[in-house]
Amino acid sequence: MDSKAPTGGEKLIQCLEREGVEYVFGLSGGAAMPMFDALVDSKIKLILVRHEQGATHMADGYARSTGKPGVVLVTSGPGATNTVTGLFTALMDSAPIVVICGQTIAPMLGKDAFQEADVTGITYPVVKHSYLVKRADDIPRIVREAFHVATTGRPGPVLIDVPKDIGQGPCTAPFTDDLDLPGYTVPSRGDPALIAEAARLLSESRRPLLYVGHGAVISGAGKAITTLAEKLRAPVVNTLLGKGAVDERHPLHLGMLGMHGTAYANKAVANCDLIMAIGARWDDRITGKVEEFCAGAVKIHIDIDPAEFDKIITPHVSLLGDARLVVEDLIPLIEMAQTEAWLAQCDRWRRQHPLKYPKRGGLRAQHVLDRLNALTQGDAIVTTDVGQHQMWAAQFCLASNNRHWISSGGAGTMGFGWPAAIGAAFANPHKKVWAVVGDGGFQMTQCELATAQIHKVRAKCLIINNNYLGMIRQWQELFYDNRLSGADLVGNPDFVKLAEAYGVKGFRIRRPADVDRILRKAHDYDDGPCVVVAEVVKEDNVFPMIPAGAAVHEMIIEPPRQALAKPTGST
Amino acid sequence: MSAARPLTATDPTGTHTISVFVNNKPGVLVRVALVFARRGFNIESLVVSPGAEGRFSRMTITCSGRNEDLGQVVKQVAKLVDVVHAVDHTADSAYSVEIALMKLECALDERTHILQIAEHYKARVVDFGPKALMLQAHGSSEKLDALTELLRPFALVEVIRSGKLLMARGEGRT
Repeated sequence: MDSKAPTGGEKLIQCLEREGVEYVFGLSGGAAMPMFDALVDSKIKLILVRHEQGATHMADGYARSTGKPGVVLVTSGPGATNTVTGLFTALMDSAPIVVICGQTIAPMLGKDAFQEADVTGITYPVVKHSYLVKRADDIPRIVREAFHVATTGRPGPVLIDVPKDIGQGPCTAPFTDDLDLPGYTVPSRGDPALIAEAARLLSESRRPLLYVGHGAVISGAGKAITTLAEKLRAPVVNTLLGKGAVDERHPLHLGMLGMHGTAYANKAVANCDLIMAIGARWDDRITGKVEEFCAGAVKIHIDIDPAEFDKIITPHVSLLGDARLVVEDLIPLIEMAQTEAWLAQCDRWRRQHPLKYPKRGGLRAQHVLDRLNALTQGDAIVTTDVGQHQMWAAQFCLASNNRHWISSGGAGTMGFGWPAAIGAAFANPHKKVWAVVGDGGFQMTQCELATAQIHKVRAKCLIINNNYLGMIRQWQELFYDNRLSGADLVGNPDFVKLAEAYGVKGFRIRRPADVDRILRKAHDYDDGPCVVVAEVVKEDNVFPMIPAGAAVHEMIIEPPRQALAKPTGST
Repeated sequence: MSAARPLTATDPTGTHTISVFVNNKPGVLVRVALVFARRGFNIESLVVSPGAEGRFSRMTITCSGRNEDLGQVVKQVAKLVDVVHAVDHTADSAYSVEIALMKLECALDERTHILQIAEHYKARVVDFGPKALMLQAHGSSEKLDALTELLRPFALVEVIRSGKLLMARGEGRT
């Protein structure tokens, strides 16, 4: 053995350094020891988490707030299987994370060794790509490929499974930039003929609508889309994950569309004569009943993933390419459309159906989030968990900047928001970072209070505490005769005391009159993480609402007076 | 893209033939098969063998499922990092062939009809024992289906088929 050759584990960590990795979020274990050992001598900072799911969401928050890949290092067996939820979350929302797992020694693969799980097998459906390392000399190429695949095209999670003997054995292969990916191509510019066709359709439209998704955030297309919207005089709506690509405070912006979108955004959807999806995938949260979705409108679809075309909607023009490049190529071909009447109509809807909430009857989540919005002015990074608080945050916390809104959309993963905020705070030490979470989801990853406190990460966690799984309770109230089943979180801990037990500063909001003062205090708190618990009214519902499977025009804008039929949509 | 267009058959479900050109690596077959399973497609036959260059393999997959989902399945297979390309050949005129082995348990004096049928279908007798014989036949999948049906009344005890082998004609890409 060449005594100078690094071990596979050392080479792997050196490859991460070469990729520019600053942080590795991880939890150690037997099979991963060669890599953890190599981290001792590395400039990469190891962030020791308390549960591997937390590590994946931290890496995800790091990635979504920067565009750079987030890296996770865990051990074999349960360490690796605990990353499955995070891989799935990252896959559904196209987030570039690289998860490196220890594995039992290669000769014991498939023989039920201690902490051996078929991790590549378990994770096939939740990764963009994965590797089981068979030779230490493959490590430099595999790491380079993993980062390339994770970050290019439609980003996504990549897993590298490293048997311990390979991590311990010598690696003599040099660093490499060579990729062996004959089946992998990354679209960039769109087809000029199709762009010209799209430009013609846009210029002829009288009621155009730009529907902006996460792909616009990922490609940094916001500026180009704003220019396009202004040139065309077209209103803009965005998806939950598209928030921040185009400034939601822009006069042409109508906010979020879809199930809990603004009434005026959804009215624009229901009445447009052309809708152009920019890095969005016609999710069931957006379309409701697909057969009736924009039935008479021309549809243009810009996407970097050809498998999104014709999946839900068959567009008139399918433009394969990077969202920013395609929109930039569209701009010079666009003529100002005659949209005065359409814009006036959209503004009437905006005035007729503003987002609102009762000002009386106790502390309301909407009030807290409305004031958080006034405090942050779109300049903070906001992450969310999943549920009512997420939809209220999406409605009231307007995003003005790209990569400043981070939420688990496709997967709807509870427990995402708090660790994602920690990851975003590591990546953005000079930014204010707020996690908005519910009492249910927070308890799934609350152990990461320890991680945040140890590193004095200045992430702020706003817990909207209604002592319920609120969205479940809302559906059971509206669609199941208020027969509550598995919705009541009676027995919640005192979250302020819980925070204090971790050494984390805790604040509590009980009354509407306290909201501004306490949010300000927490916003200015700079000594480390803090938790703000808003003890909100127990029973409140998110409106507007398009029941799952209903058509967009069947939107319920205000609380209904009679019982509603059970939704026919998926969930 | 054009290869991935859904079929326009009136039957909502049908049998499709897809050729997938992949990296010759462990796990690729599982990745491909998972796409079919997730969309409820049943793989009827599958042939995998190394391509002209050993680092690649070629899969010919016949499967049944909803016609309108087929285009999406092909695109999702093509999207896999280890898949170089995937092409739906259901509607085109690619050359295809399949091989079958069939075992019939029958005494020597019962074989006249069987051998007549075999001759008509250009099937070869490859094993001739006192209580059983084995036939080898090749040709289109439809021809082998017909042969199987004809032989079924004669104590046909085992059938194995290679699965469809397919190659695009002329300079076309398979």
